[in-house]
Amino acid sequence: MARSSSRRRTIKTDYLARVEGEGGMTVKIVDGRVADVKLRIYEPPRFFEAFLRGRAFTEAPDITARICGICPVAYQMSSVRAMEQACGVEVGGQLRALRRLLYCGEWIESHALHVFMLHAPDFLGYESAVHMARDHPELVQKALELKKTGNELMTVIGGREVHPVNVRVGGWYRAPRKGELRPLVPRLERAREIALETVGVVAGLDFPDYEHDYELVTLSEPGEYPIDRGRLVSNRGLDIDVTEYDAHFVEEHVAWSNALHSRLRERDSYLCGPLARFALAHDTLSPLAREAAAEAGLTPAERNPFRSIVVRAVELLYAADEALRLIAQYEEPDSPAVEVEPRAAVGHGCTEAPRGILYHRYELDAEGTILDAKIVPPTSQNQRTIEEDLRGVVERSANVPDDELTLLCEQAIRNYDPCISCATHFLKLEVERC
Amino acid sequence: MVIGVGNPWRRDDAAGLAVAGRLRGRLAGTEVRECEGEPAGLIDAWEGADSLWLVDAVSSGAPPGTVHRIDAGGRALPADLFRASTHHLGLADAVELARALGRLPARVVFYGIEGESFDAGQGLTTDVAGAVECVAQTVQEEVERCTSGS
Repeated sequence: MARSSSRRRTIKTDYLARVEGEGGMTVKIVDGRVADVKLRIYEPPRFFEAFLRGRAFTEAPDITARICGICPVAYQMSSVRAMEQACGVEVGGQLRALRRLLYCGEWIESHALHVFMLHAPDFLGYESAVHMARDHPELVQKALELKKTGNELMTVIGGREVHPVNVRVGGWYRAPRKGELRPLVPRLERAREIALETVGVVAGLDFPDYEHDYELVTLSEPGEYPIDRGRLVSNRGLDIDVTEYDAHFVEEHVAWSNALHSRLRERDSYLCGPLARFALAHDTLSPLAREAAAEAGLTPAERNPFRSIVVRAVELLYAADEALRLIAQYEEPDSPAVEVEPRAAVGHGCTEAPRGILYHRYELDAEGTILDAKIVPPTSQNQRTIEEDLRGVVERSANVPDDELTLLCEQAIRNYDPCISCATHFLKLEVERC
Repeated sequence: MVIGVGNPWRRDDAAGLAVAGRLRGRLAGTEVRECEGEPAGLIDAWEGADSLWLVDAVSSGAPPGTVHRIDAGGRALPADLFRASTHHLGLADAVELARALGRLPARVVFYGIEGESFDAGQGLTTDVAGAVECVAQTVQEEVERCTSGS
């Protein structure tokens, strides 16, 4: 085709709201076809891995928690799992149950924020949650109520609603009394009710028609919905112990992103997070969450990333249900923690942050000083897949007007609830049509 | 009610907390609170209050220590006063969410203190520390005028 006849259009948004972090995106379209897609993350690298070197193994949970105000528990849990694995200690029983309970609090806080305040405005046609609140106050009230319940759970178990202070290698500084958990029950029952309604509400939204054949990666533990432990599995045959992570996953620097891109060595991009967890572990959801998912029309074959908002709502329901189950079976442990003696070793830990798998690896010396650290957050793992989705979405909608296409691209990015601060903070969107 | 908002570990971001700290115990019958600024927590914090004074650090490009007084009962706080918030919704969002939900006190006065340094660490910069004293005194006078019914 003669260049003189090529169609050039440029769409530019300087600032994508409702995501965590600073970044940008460029889509180049030549004659209606996508020539290039780049998710540009220009937030400066934060060097957490470097300044963990020389610190004590016991400090990692509190240091890494500071990487993110939305998912600090995920950082604490992956780090304690890695340290305990390095030192040959397995934390079980009620100490582990409390970890899962704290994690439920984080899932409730994070998913409630994303479903209602960050993602729902896309589907209902509002610029922000504040604009949405004027017409749909009931949605925002639900979000605030759920968030408050998550905050309370975090405060009781973790000592603080953000950046909990009670988590330590080996368990906890203090285990809660049964009586302290009891007041959470009616709050969580109400949260479960709201979450159940929410699944129905979001299932009725209009979803863009787009699907992609992803490799889905999640943790897998028999009989449990993946949260705090398990093997790493995928729908394409991956089934490895977390210690084998580095043999199968590789991180690469690309010039346009300060967050390393992850891919599977043997194949390529993959997706982690709610859609992957649901596809591969739906049978381990609580009966109530499973029924709600079925009624919402979700099946394990769901591959429309825009419907991840429905999966998040199902996971909200599950987190409330699971928290209630954990509280009902709780018995106060004899000791809040098990002793962990350091040794020269390498430890690996992986848990399911709200956005997907979060991998930590630490090398320790005999005194437990951290010699080397590696942290791979879910958003960096999903970057390539986000770019592929953008390419796919734009190719199917290349003829829609610029402003609509821009909104659709933003919505596609928000399907992933990306946390750029974790990955390396504002996303700048730029669609260039040539 | 007076609420000082801020992060104690980000230098001048703690200006609102510092004002609340100075007013604690000086305002008979008026509650003084300190908040980190999480919207759900803030909206809960001012539930039931008829009059509200909110104090926070701002970053609009004005000289450090500049004090902005805005009557937010009738209008939105200008977004360009605040440093760009990320995933977290900010104070201005909390006020607007509460207004949309009918959960904003009838009288809302916002004091913004222009910060100089928002770096990690403690301690206010000189101009901001001076502004904190000034705002604490002014808010005390306003609260006393309001509660005395004048």
